[in-house]
Amino acid sequence: MINFKNSIFFLLVFSTLTGCKNKEDSKNLSLIEASSSVQPIDKELKEDEDIKNFILPYAQKIDQEMNEVISYTEKSMFKTDSKLNTPIGNMMADAVFERISPIAQKKFSVELDGVLLNYGGIRSGISEGNITVKTAYDIMPFENEVVIVELTYEKMEALFDYLAKAQVAHPISGIELEIDSLAEIINKKINSKDLEKGKTYHIATSDYLLKGGDQMNFFLDHKKVYTTDYKLRNLFIDYFKSKDQIDPKKDHRFIKN
Amino acid sequence: MKRRRFIQQTSIASSVIGLGSLGLVKAMNSDKNFDKHITILHTNDVHSHLESFPSNHSKFANRGGAARRKYYFDQVKAENQNTLILDAGDSFQGTPFFNFYGGELEFKVMSKLGYHASTVGNHEFDNGIDNIAAQLEHANFDMLSANYNFKNTLLDGLVKPHQIFEIDNVKIGVFGLGIQLEGLVSKGLYKETEYLDPVEIAQDQVKFLKKQEECDLVICLSHLGYSYKNEKIDDLKLAEKTSGIDLIVGGHTHTFLEKPTIVKNVEDKNVLVNQVGWAGVNVGRIDFFLNQSKENNSEANLIRV
Repeated sequence: MINFKNSIFFLLVFSTLTGCKNKEDSKNLSLIEASSSVQPIDKELKEDEDIKNFILPYAQKIDQEMNEVISYTEKSMFKTDSKLNTPIGNMMADAVFERISPIAQKKFSVELDGVLLNYGGIRSGISEGNITVKTAYDIMPFENEVVIVELTYEKMEALFDYLAKAQVAHPISGIELEIDSLAEIINKKINSKDLEKGKTYHIATSDYLLKGGDQMNFFLDHKKVYTTDYKLRNLFIDYFKSKDQIDPKKDHRFIKN
Repeated sequence: MKRRRFIQQTSIASSVIGLGSLGLVKAMNSDKNFDKHITILHTNDVHSHLESFPSNHSKFANRGGAARRKYYFDQVKAENQNTLILDAGDSFQGTPFFNFYGGELEFKVMSKLGYHASTVGNHEFDNGIDNIAAQLEHANFDMLSANYNFKNTLLDGLVKPHQIFEIDNVKIGVFGLGIQLEGLVSKGLYKETEYLDPVEIAQDQVKFLKKQEECDLVICLSHLGYSYKNEKIDDLKLAEKTSGIDLIVGGHTHTFLEKPTIVKNVEDKNVLVNQVGWAGVNVGRIDFFLNQSKENNSEANLIRV
């Protein structure tokens, strides 16, 4: 039976709708009343067998693929593990560096200098034990792709200033930053070198941040963008598949004295 | 060209036609006599949730799922075959069903559930506008959007601004409205889609549906969002700034309303604005009762339920 327990009936006064003079039966319908209800879709309702059986084989195939074990970690990791840099963030940025660097060289003949993702983009932690395809979907449910962005010296300065000011564990790789208690930059390195005026740098990031997501406006003013057509999620899947085990650590890439 | 679709011609309706809605309405409202009873069922932002949430889900344990939704739709249709099933967009993205199959399953399931129309939400663009065009092949319902100009895209001709459904001799005009895409969706995904002002377009649509086509009911499928504190257009502002819309079936903001919000439009007439959360955990139901009147100028009636 229809569940009217949750029905909310209410009174409405509708003015007459436009008449329908020219209709064949010359009727003239007036809306006089409306009622409404919200039906919760829950266990009180039966499942339609046709729909259930239609979805099932697709769900099973997805489950099978999602549960494929592709790596292993002895320790759980969460983006809240530490400040400024975290094992999970370092793993993600290093994974991008490792997989994108050869593409940058072979496809675009440029050297990848660094990687910057965003803290908010780490959508889940990774639990100890087996890493599956589902792990990659959990940490990266979105469809964003990796882009390589060419930035000027000035925009690189802005990138470092942004990180120093935010003091958030945005995933970085190839980028080193040391700040003092007043958030002044003491030391900064890109690809183990000092920034040089007049030089440009190639930073891998997501197409979300390229659009200025998380106020990373320095990406908006890029010299050039190379699109890789490589989804971040697929990159993580490929990265995990290439490692029997992962054991990322917090390190000194971003520290505050 | 007049776009009309007669519900009576669909296979689902044809099996129950002949019962006549009047008797059913009378049974439901024994002390009253309505000439016409139209039921609207609606969802929004289902986001690829074809299955129920797991039993250990913190918020929506065992809620949702297309199989149970279908069961409910069928119950309502058995009660009143004059039922229109609508969705307000973002049926895509949110579970691996979308990641693996790109929206094909969502559209196939919506077709099997008997949806009549949906609109283009921002997440429909997640795999690109060309993907929407490709997946529409699996949609046995109308995809409506009046304020996206798709002229220079693959969706040209595949998405219509409106559709007129004629149910039990009641003409119901339904049109779609989408949210501004710039800043929300990558240009590379929506390509040459042009966003047009929802208020102006809504007035144009109403003018056509109500004045020219003489629809008895006008429904807007909106993916604008329920309410914003700033100047950004939303369903409440749309209702207030227009005339001739009877119901706005909303989406985008995943707003859980217990009942529709009643907004006075520019002509001081009531507009219903509704939205039922997301992920298919709820289905909204609106029942419209209409009476035939001989004169063309009958004033508003006051009927107790």
